Amino acid sequence: MELDYTSEIAVVEGDLRRAEIDKIIARPMEEKPGKKYLIALTISSGALLIGALCIGITLFLGVGTWGNNQPVGWAFGIVNFVFWIGIGHAGTLISAILFLLRQKWRTGIARFAEAMTIFAVMCAGLFPIIHTGRPWLAGYLTPYPNQHGLWVNFISPLVWDVFAVSTYFTISLLFWYVGLIPDFAILRDRTVSKIKKTIYSVFSLGWRHSNRHWQHYEKAYMILAGISTPLVLSVHSIVSFDFATSVLPGWHTTIFPPYFVAGAIFSGFAMVVTVMIIVRKVFDMEQIITLNHLDRMNKIMLATGMMVGYAYAMELFIAWYSGSEFEQFAFINRVFGPYAWAYWIMVSCNVFIPQLFWFRKIRRSVPIMFVIVIFVNVGMWFERFVIIVSSLHRDFLPSSWGYYTPTLIDLGILLGSFGLFFTLVLLFAKTLPVISMSEVKAVSKGAQPSHIGVHHE
Amino acid sequence: MSNNKNLYGVTALFDNADEIINAAREVAKAGYKNFDVNTPYPVHGMDRAMGLKRSMVGFVTTFLGFSGTAFILLFAFWAMSIDYPMVIGGKPFFSFPAFIPVTFETTILLGGVSTVIGLLALFASLPSNNHPLHDTDYMKAVSADKYGIVIEADDTNFDEIEVTGFLQKLGGKKIHSINKPVKENYPVLQPRFITFLIVVALLVSALTYITLNKVVYIEPFNWMTEQDKVTAQEKSVFYADAFGMRKPVEGTVAKGYLPYPYKGQLNPVETLPNPLLPTKEVLELGKKKYLAFCSPCHGTFADGDSHLRGQFPNPPTLHSQRGRDFSDGMIYHIMVNGQNIMPSYESQTTSEERWAIVHYIRALQRAKNAKLTDLEEVKKEPVVNAE
Repeated sequence: MELDYTSEIAVVEGDLRRAEIDKIIARPMEEKPGKKYLIALTISSGALLIGALCIGITLFLGVGTWGNNQPVGWAFGIVNFVFWIGIGHAGTLISAILFLLRQKWRTGIARFAEAMTIFAVMCAGLFPIIHTGRPWLAGYLTPYPNQHGLWVNFISPLVWDVFAVSTYFTISLLFWYVGLIPDFAILRDRTVSKIKKTIYSVFSLGWRHSNRHWQHYEKAYMILAGISTPLVLSVHSIVSFDFATSVLPGWHTTIFPPYFVAGAIFSGFAMVVTVMIIVRKVFDMEQIITLNHLDRMNKIMLATGMMVGYAYAMELFIAWYSGSEFEQFAFINRVFGPYAWAYWIMVSCNVFIPQLFWFRKIRRSVPIMFVIVIFVNVGMWFERFVIIVSSLHRDFLPSSWGYYTPTLIDLGILLGSFGLFFTLVLLFAKTLPVISMSEVKAVSKGAQPSHIGVHHE
Repeated sequence: MSNNKNLYGVTALFDNADEIINAAREVAKAGYKNFDVNTPYPVHGMDRAMGLKRSMVGFVTTFLGFSGTAFILLFAFWAMSIDYPMVIGGKPFFSFPAFIPVTFETTILLGGVSTVIGLLALFASLPSNNHPLHDTDYMKAVSADKYGIVIEADDTNFDEIEVTGFLQKLGGKKIHSINKPVKENYPVLQPRFITFLIVVALLVSALTYITLNKVVYIEPFNWMTEQDKVTAQEKSVFYADAFGMRKPVEGTVAKGYLPYPYKGQLNPVETLPNPLLPTKEVLELGKKKYLAFCSPCHGTFADGDSHLRGQFPNPPTLHSQRGRDFSDGMIYHIMVNGQNIMPSYESQTTSEERWAIVHYIRALQRAKNAKLTDLEEVKKEPVVNAE
């Protein structure tokens, strides 16, 4: 396929009429669920149930059912938290940063990526809460006037985390909902079912596509994009502060904030591509989520993958250059120690394998890219595992060295978080427009005035 | 003006973006103020064509966002430095760099939430599901792929026939007059129904209150009060004797209560040596205890001049030769056992206090039996101290 990179690629392939766009996007909501969909939902909700069971066991018997030990006190709970928070970052990047950069191609994937952000943050939030051992006391994390006369410690990175993640979730949800309002109005006017109409009317808030509203809407959308951009960068920076502000070799690193953000975008895009490939196939949306989209996302993955590779190299260099023997030991132990297997899985999946994206044929081949993004997902999970477990398991005193092995409960909760994520994604794909109808219409062919005889602003 | 008081406005549909932007410009040029354009997505340049002013949403964001900044900074300052100051990591109470993350997040949170609420409630006056345009073919068309314009009846220049003609001239299709919806009477707002709701609410609250507080009392969080341990005076199901509180091991001696070996002996053959040295602290303790327990009968300076003025037989002076010849252990022995009509002072004083009293009595005896040569010793003292 010949591509002309000098001009903007059409977002929508072919000459779709605007009413047809509505039809394609609304089809999953208007049809009865197919067999494939029900099988997928069964698998994901099965995984969710296993996770729920494991969480139930954890709550009943305590965190002792996990593999956490001394010295590895932070293990799967925090690994999974950081992993899921990272997944979320792609959504905001696509919806906010690419919006500010006027990248029109984002419209096809923005809604889905935003939904994935919200679901991923939900999965992430689960882990620290159950890790506390008394999740019913999670309210103590917020500063509220209480009978103890105590406030939260505003100097603690863990409190920063609470503020960052809850703000991120709220803003992502609002951003997503604001984008959905015009689509709810479209669905309201399309549907013939009375129940659906009531539901859509409530959520559309009576949107009338009025230009007097569009004017404020576009402005507000741009502001939300503008404030989400520093927000998304701050969230993973603050998550990295949980580690960077400690004095543990392997964690105490100033490169952590940018390194974590790049890694988050990298893993998030891998997850978006994974889910997109499935969705465009299952719901016949190849014309709206085109190969061009996947191609561009693969390019971003190539770039962020190399940033992550640079960070790995720089960590090793600084460990040597610092002259601190504890720092040096932490990294030699990471690369050649008991957890070397995890380190090399991480490096292969995150640095070596994505290099295949240099080839355009591979970037545009759906099966190959699917395999690569799965590797990236695995690799990025292992990155967090390596950072947390390999830094903790051998600290300053050799007498307190240990080895961490997850228990079945740990693995069950991890599986459950994937179950939760994919169940929510599947339910979303069936109940809400997975692609923004109004935005795609706005960038389809002939949607904007030609400005003949008009002074252009 | 139109005769139809129920008229909301006249709508017209257009097929493409060029037509609608042209129509909007013409309508604005013709002097209409209360008109609106409905398009399935925002059409570029429409704000200019309609002659709209700049959107002010940004001011809401800025104002509330920075209010959030100020609020959380002041709050963190107040909580960490005034309400509950605590030194954490050796940092100052108001450690500004460490407050930046929370301040930033709160700014974004307030800015974002206020933008959305401002947009929907303030600028778009939503929700409004009873707008006249809802459920019309016009709305269904602009929702999908048509571009519509509506000139409202409350515009000062409005005239139904004239407007219809004007829109036709602009190339509008499917021109319709839209009436305001008939005002609905909501049965849920009838006073009888509302009274019923209030009564139900009160009943449910009262019953819940009585059930939860008077009939059964459920403590919400009871893991501190309800613990699996035996508390004082509680019956034990574990021990055969059913005592929850256990006795100490046989022969256990409490700290400071070593048993006195010569207890009950009238004239002990041997006594204990004084374990304390006559330091300043010991003498002060001895003085305090002597004045409290001994001086009522023995007198302030141990002269046997009781404060009780004969209500209780006066003891002899402690400055007699016999008294001065007592060993430290013997005086201690008398305090433990009592002598003649003097009762035991074992329960009033601790062992350490008794030995301190012994030292104090020795000091009194020495002072009452001073010799002239002692004066010379006293005179020497400054010289000794100077060395």
